[in-house]
Amino acid sequence: MIYDFFFKLTGSNFLADVIQSLLPLFIFILPFALFAVLFERKVSAHMQDRLGPMRVGYHGILQTIADILKLIQKEDIIPTLADKPLFNIAPVLVFAGSYAAFAAIPFSSAFIGSNIDLGVIFIIAASGFVVAGILMAGWSSNNKYSLLGAMRSAAQIISYEIPTVLVVLSIIMITGTTNLLTLSEMQTGHFWNWMIFGGPQMGLAKFIFIPIMIINFVIIYISTLAEVNRTPFDIPEAESELVSGYHTEYSGMKFAMFFLSEYANMFAVSAIVTALFLGGYQSPVGYLGNLFGAHWLIPIEQFFWFTAKGIFFVFVQMWLRWTLPRLRVDQLMALCWKYLIPIAFVNLLIIGLITVL
Amino acid sequence: MSITIEKNKAERKPGLRTEEMVLNMGPQHPSTHGVLRLELELEGEIIINAIPHIGYLHRCFEKHAEAMNYSQVIPYTDRMDYLASMYNEFGYAIAVEKLLGIQVPERVEYIRVIMGELQRIASHLVALGTYAVDIGAFTPFLFCFRDREKILSLFEQTCGARLLYNYIWVGGLSHDLHPDFVNQTNEFIKYFRPKIKELNDLLTKNKIFIDRTANVGVLPLDVAINYGISGPNLRGSGFKWDIRKDDPYSVYNKFDFDIPVGEGLMGKVGDCWDRYYVRILEMEESLKIIEQAVNNLPEGDVTSAIPKRIKPPVGQVYSRVENPRGELGYFIISDGSINPFRVKVKGPSFVHLGVLNEILKGHMIADVIAILGSIDIVLGEVDR
Repeated sequence: MIYDFFFKLTGSNFLADVIQSLLPLFIFILPFALFAVLFERKVSAHMQDRLGPMRVGYHGILQTIADILKLIQKEDIIPTLADKPLFNIAPVLVFAGSYAAFAAIPFSSAFIGSNIDLGVIFIIAASGFVVAGILMAGWSSNNKYSLLGAMRSAAQIISYEIPTVLVVLSIIMITGTTNLLTLSEMQTGHFWNWMIFGGPQMGLAKFIFIPIMIINFVIIYISTLAEVNRTPFDIPEAESELVSGYHTEYSGMKFAMFFLSEYANMFAVSAIVTALFLGGYQSPVGYLGNLFGAHWLIPIEQFFWFTAKGIFFVFVQMWLRWTLPRLRVDQLMALCWKYLIPIAFVNLLIIGLITVL
Repeated sequence: MSITIEKNKAERKPGLRTEEMVLNMGPQHPSTHGVLRLELELEGEIIINAIPHIGYLHRCFEKHAEAMNYSQVIPYTDRMDYLASMYNEFGYAIAVEKLLGIQVPERVEYIRVIMGELQRIASHLVALGTYAVDIGAFTPFLFCFRDREKILSLFEQTCGARLLYNYIWVGGLSHDLHPDFVNQTNEFIKYFRPKIKELNDLLTKNKIFIDRTANVGVLPLDVAINYGISGPNLRGSGFKWDIRKDDPYSVYNKFDFDIPVGEGLMGKVGDCWDRYYVRILEMEESLKIIEQAVNNLPEGDVTSAIPKRIKPPVGQVYSRVENPRGELGYFIISDGSINPFRVKVKGPSFVHLGVLNEILKGHMIADVIAILGSIDIVLGEVDR
């Protein structure tokens, strides 16, 4: 829909493609990062009996903009013994990796950056790309704390990708597609058609799927939490142990890039969980657009539902962060390899058997 | 230094050449609780040796004390263990009074005990809160500081200062209590009891917190005794020793309270969780003491026994009190003049830091923070 619009506007296939792919970045992600930083500060403040930022704008709503302006003005410090090319590339890689994931996320039936058939796999691959940037940052900083943080981060992200992929595989086995738009379309109707409630099919299989899917949902949520380095898995940047991990030596806008990509990542993983398990952009109860006969309203409503579900999961991530202590490295690995992966494998096996039968 | 590295290399298996990383932790590290510098020899993330370097906060307290008269020393004692200033003054005042051989009025003793126990709660709140931050939970930290503010406000109302009080003087107190103090203290007790439960729900019984602290940094009782550990750390290892009970000073023998000890509820006796939990239980016992003292406060004048001129006879005295962190001892030698000839402090934090290497070996970097936090040192007192 949006593609057709831009095609008519510009008259060129290429330009329409480029504009459509960049659209989520400018319409959604940049404003979202600004919003999420403030949201996190307000959520943490109210959980801790504080007010949070109150000075810049009404209840501090312009605080993040002020912070970004401050960070842009800051001196860009490169440590003397740092590996300069790697040091400069690293934040760009991390930023690009986490933002590339947004290209394949379906915000509504009319608004998807790039409708590729391998959507889910693409997102997982793109977020795996971030590891390279993190390792580069840790190595090139020439700081032992950064290096420790980067090594922890790489080990953690790679380990936790396994349960994520296993759960995604089980979804692919049921639905037979890796296209996120098709996946979301399949979960249309009411909320009992969502994958967490066994997907669109009816009959006995659905009731066998429900508990398995709920377990799968918990597994993927925990492992995505670990992939974006949030508490209780914020070990790579554990400020009480490693000062702030791989981005200790960064300042100014380079630091801001790590910072923004962290918040973008938070939404990206929430979006994957939403698209796979909670019906993506589908409304749980039906659309106002259908009720009034105004069909142009539906994509906007879908956008609202998708954002609302995503932000809810972002809120849960913040909630966990400001409540829980942090695990130790070995405990984190034990959780992944001893519990999540075996359970995910068993689930995959059961789902495989059922779908074959 | 180099000798230990050589020794460790010799112990390693031949064939694979490995090199340990020397990591310098502090003095600007966020979790070393001040300006402690730890030199860690790591193999991967495992610690094979840890050497504490101290002295970044050295202010020559003991030498300064020789150049001042007895009452001028008191503000300096505040600055040693700045989280337990009241108790430092308390200990010093008792030592000098012992040297002078004077008796202070009952009311003064009661107020000193109240202040001391309030200070113990405030100090434990900092210990528990910063420990939560070290483990990675930020919210309990702010909850603890919120409650500590209430105690500091009580202090501020009494003597005008929130951190360094100069309130307990030799022979008396600088001011009497605020008329509303008793009421407000009772209110605080009523407010604070549920908050301990809140902290338990939020942190103490948290599965992740228990995983991080139980069976970590176990301090066996014999090691603790050999190193001269005292206070909550010794009690965490399961030994019932508290100077308030075992060598009573002031009016502590008039109150009814228990000495909590570590029982190894979540792991081995003497692990980080035990040391943490002993502090929580101690706050409740302190509340008990405050409640009894505030409601039986005798009447009297708090300044009547303050000597005009402190000039003790030639002699020496050692007196010890149970500071929030352990045994705080003052050894004072008098040469008969108005200045002390020597003031020697035996501080708990300094003693406790000594055992760090013993319990750190074989743990991971993340545990350094957990163990250091559970020992609860204040660098101001380590360096003096």
